[in-house]
Order: sequence, then C-alpha cells, then structure tokens
Amino acid sequence: MSVLLIAEHDNSKLKPFTLNAITAASKIDGDVHVLVAGANCENVTKEAGSVPLVKKVLWCDSPNYQNYLPENLAPLVTKTAEKYDHIVASANTFGKNFMPRVAAALDISQVSDIIKVSSPDTFIRPIYAGNAFATVKSNDKKKCVTIRPTSFDPAEKNGGSAQVEKIEAVDVPNTSKFIKREETKSERPELGTARIVVSGGRGLESGENFKLITDIADKLNAAVGASRAAVDAGYISNDHQVGQTGKVVVPDLYIAVGISGAIQHLAGMKESKIIVAINKDGEAPIFSVADYGLEADLFKALPEFLAELNKLNTIQK
Amino acid sequence: MKILVAVKRVIDYNVQIRVKEDGSGVHTDNVKMSTNPPDDNAVEESVKLKESGKVKEVVAISIGEDKAQETIRKALAVGADKGIHVKADNYIEPLGIAKILKKIVEKEKPDMVFLGKQAIDDDCNQTGQMLAAMLNWPQATFTSKVNLKDKSVEIVREIDEGLETIEVNLPAVVSCDLRLNEPRFASLPNIMKAKKKPMEQINAKDLGIDLTNRIQQIKVEEPPKRKAGIKVANVAELVSKLKNEAKVL
Repeated sequence: MSVLLIAEHDNSKLKPFTLNAITAASKIDGDVHVLVAGANCENVTKEAGSVPLVKKVLWCDSPNYQNYLPENLAPLVTKTAEKYDHIVASANTFGKNFMPRVAAALDISQVSDIIKVSSPDTFIRPIYAGNAFATVKSNDKKKCVTIRPTSFDPAEKNGGSAQVEKIEAVDVPNTSKFIKREETKSERPELGTARIVVSGGRGLESGENFKLITDIADKLNAAVGASRAAVDAGYISNDHQVGQTGKVVVPDLYIAVGISGAIQHLAGMKESKIIVAINKDGEAPIFSVADYGLEADLFKALPEFLAELNKLNTIQK
Repeated sequence: MKILVAVKRVIDYNVQIRVKEDGSGVHTDNVKMSTNPPDDNAVEESVKLKESGKVKEVVAISIGEDKAQETIRKALAVGADKGIHVKADNYIEPLGIAKILKKIVEKEKPDMVFLGKQAIDDDCNQTGQMLAAMLNWPQATFTSKVNLKDKSVEIVREIDEGLETIEVNLPAVVSCDLRLNEPRFASLPNIMKAKKKPMEQINAKDLGIDLTNRIQQIKVEEPPKRKAGIKVANVAELVSKLKNEAKVL
C-alpha cells in the first residue's frame, strides 16, 4: 500500500523540508501521496503535484487547518490514514507537534526522527543526541514515521503532474486557538538550510564581539550559529543555537569559532561536510571533529580571515 | 487547580554515553543519572504557578525502576507536594508511558499535565502529544512561556520559524522547552523535608494496560566517526585549503 506524507506549507508555498520528506517517503514505497491541508492553499497542491516522486495529492481546504493546530489537523490525518500503511512527516516542530497525536489515535508506536530507511518496517534513528544510532523495526500494522529532513536530499521539484483529489474536512474540537506567529526576520539564510554556517561560542566574550562572526557570515552569505554557552551568556538570541537542545545543521561548511566543542554542541553540527575550528586552546574537543583546525586567538584570526576572504573574488552572494 | 508533572530519570546530560559492544544498548551501570533536563523546567514552572497562588497542588510522577523515586524526591525537594512512582523494570515506549499517565490522570484529575518536550535518552518527543490525544485534550508543545488564566492557558511556543502564541482550553497537556525558566536547586533543609512528603507506589502491571513494546530494537551502534583532520598554521593556509582542497569557498 501507499505512503501518506503530510505537507508542511504556509498556505501559499510548500516548505522546503517537505521535499526532503518526499524523498524519504519514496524510499519506503514508490506510491507517495501528499496531503495538503490548509486554508486557500490551492497553490500548494499545484506545487506538490509537480514533484515527480508524488503520485497523488489530497487537498483538504478549511479555515480550521490554516495554522495547523494539532487538535484540528490530527483527526483529519487519522481519518485519511485509513487507506495507508505509512504516515510520514518531517521531524521538525511541524511534524513533531501533530504526528504523535495521530499515532496515539491509531494505537501505533511512532518511529521518530529517522535518518535512514532500511526497509519498509526497519529504520535507523539517532538516540542520545546522535551519540548512538539505533536500528529499529516497527511491528505495528501501520507505521507513523517522522524523518530528519537534513538526512535526505530534497526531491526534484518540477516535471510531475500528479492528480489532485479534494477531500472533506472533519469535525474539530475547538479546544485551541492560534493567536500569532512571530517569525525571526533575517537577511541571512536560515540556519537549518544554509550552505555555510559560522558559529561563535563563549570565546567571543561579549555580544558586541559577535560582529566579528556576522561580518564573516555576511561575506560568505552564511547563517550565524552559536553554542549554548554563548546563548546562555546572553551574547546572542536562542534561535541561533546549534546543538542537542538547539538546531541540528548539516551545511557544506561549518566554521566554529571560540567553541570548545561540548557533546551537546557536537550533536548539532558534526554531520557537516567540512568543519573548521578556530580556537586558542589546542586541546579543545572541537578539533577532534574538525577537518581544518586553526589554533589561534580569534580576535586576531577573524579580521585576517575576513581580509583573506575579501581577496578571493569567487565568493558570490 | 492541580498540576501533574511527569519526570524521567535519564543518563546525566554531561555524560558521554558508551555503546555496548554487543549492540544491545548503551552502558548504564555506574553512570551518573539525573532528571531529564526539560522535565526540570516542567517542575519549576509547576512550582512557580503554585507559588503564584493559581495552583493549589503539584503532584510529581515518574515511571521506571525503584531508583526513579530519586527523581520524584528531587521534584518534591523543590516544591512538589506529593509523588507517585509507577514501578516498571523494563523500557516502555512513549505510547505505553502515555497510557500509564492517562490512567493516573483519570484518577488524580489534574487541570494540567506538565512534562519535558523530549527525553534526552530515546529522543522520541511523543509522550505529551500522545497523552493529550488519548485524553482528547489540547496540547502545547515546546513551551517557552506560560500565562495561566481561569479556564485556559496562553502559551508561547518555540517553533522552527520563531515563536508562536496559542491559547488552549483547560484541561491541557503542556510540554516544556529549556528556555521556559531557570530550574532552582533544592536546599538541604528542603531535601530533608522532601523525605517526609507522601509517595504513592503503583505497579505498572496492576494498571490493566497492555504495555508490550511495538518497536523492536535490533541494534545500537556508534555513529561513524569523523576522521581527525589537520591543523593549519595560519589564516592564509586555512583559506587556501578551503578554496583549493575542500572547494567550499
């Protein structure tokens, strides 16, 4: 039977991680159907339908689904799930919020945050903040699975023409109300999806000194990250935090500056393709995961780094 | 009002875990254990609400082996009134934990259940949402601010895009994020007093729930290790390596 994937979107566009989730879903079964539940979200159904890996789009349009409140969304997913063997969503704050409600309603033990599909019932998932990988087999008839988006490549966006089928909304409990969403505005790329991340730690010594980090991030068109120590010290706001209790990032290039490399930070960045560490303490654990380590005083090294980058003419915004 | 706050005993977050050679799990013998960090935030918020006068009673619950009582005692030492220990010697999946909590909720009739957003051992992030679904209650996950009203609670949640504000009717399940508050430390006199607070003991087997795990753990292994890289002498060499060798600039 087929896989039901719940699309994440903002009612006008598909969120990028949905494409990564589609790739994961297609590894479970080739017959991937996407549920687009939202308000006035026809455009999203078109976008989902043009993804070649998607075989069918289910479209449920109701004001009740506008802000994907889990109390409203979960009953719709639960009902739609009747015809499916697998129910799949991204393991981000969208999927984590509603999927366990669906699993509980169906009396299924959910498999969270998978990084690999070994077979339709066997998956690999990180535990202990990525310090161990568990291979798990679900013995439930149906399976609820959330996938770690950064562990799967995004699916090709264009060229498909899946059929769009409208489905009926279901009753909602009216127990919760959406009030507002304050999105962190930034000129820079989003931390979770940026190609390059430049992160600062307690070594920066102050919030003002983070300018050394942001100058380099701007030069490289990179996102700005931080260790928990830097966030706790108040140097930078917590939405920049990379690590076990922050965001997990997998950029092509991760530059850790003044970060010692506590377990909790490494859990959030050690899958990055290339890691650079700049730290004055040559014994800092961050060097054990760094491809290129520079043992230096960051206050001297960062201005030099910026000057060297300015000499390169290959970097493009 | 009454709050039931759920706490889990896990390997301390500062401990570097070690995977067992036979692939059956991770070493837990002689390893420092403590309360799951966001569960501490859940306890702190419950106690703060009690101190504000809006909440009359805070009941702390933990499910697990006998040593789970240490985790409950810690909650009692910072201000919870009563403990419930549901004894279970084997690992129970979030689905089973939620079923046990549901039974306790039906008995204790709290207005809210507080718990951590996720346990740092199995990293499932399911229990609160599952419990809410089973009770047909609304939920607030990743909570970083709580504003309790008479019949509802206004919540600020941490989402990937930033912050979201919602209002959910009571009763409700609230899963707490680390930035909700700063958990206090228990003072020695309060630790002594906590020993005298009531602790109810229930055997999970006696609750009449099928707790058979549905997920079979086939093996646990260490993640592939990164190869140690090289040290560069200066910034110029670093930039040159990044451009010509790694080709990321």
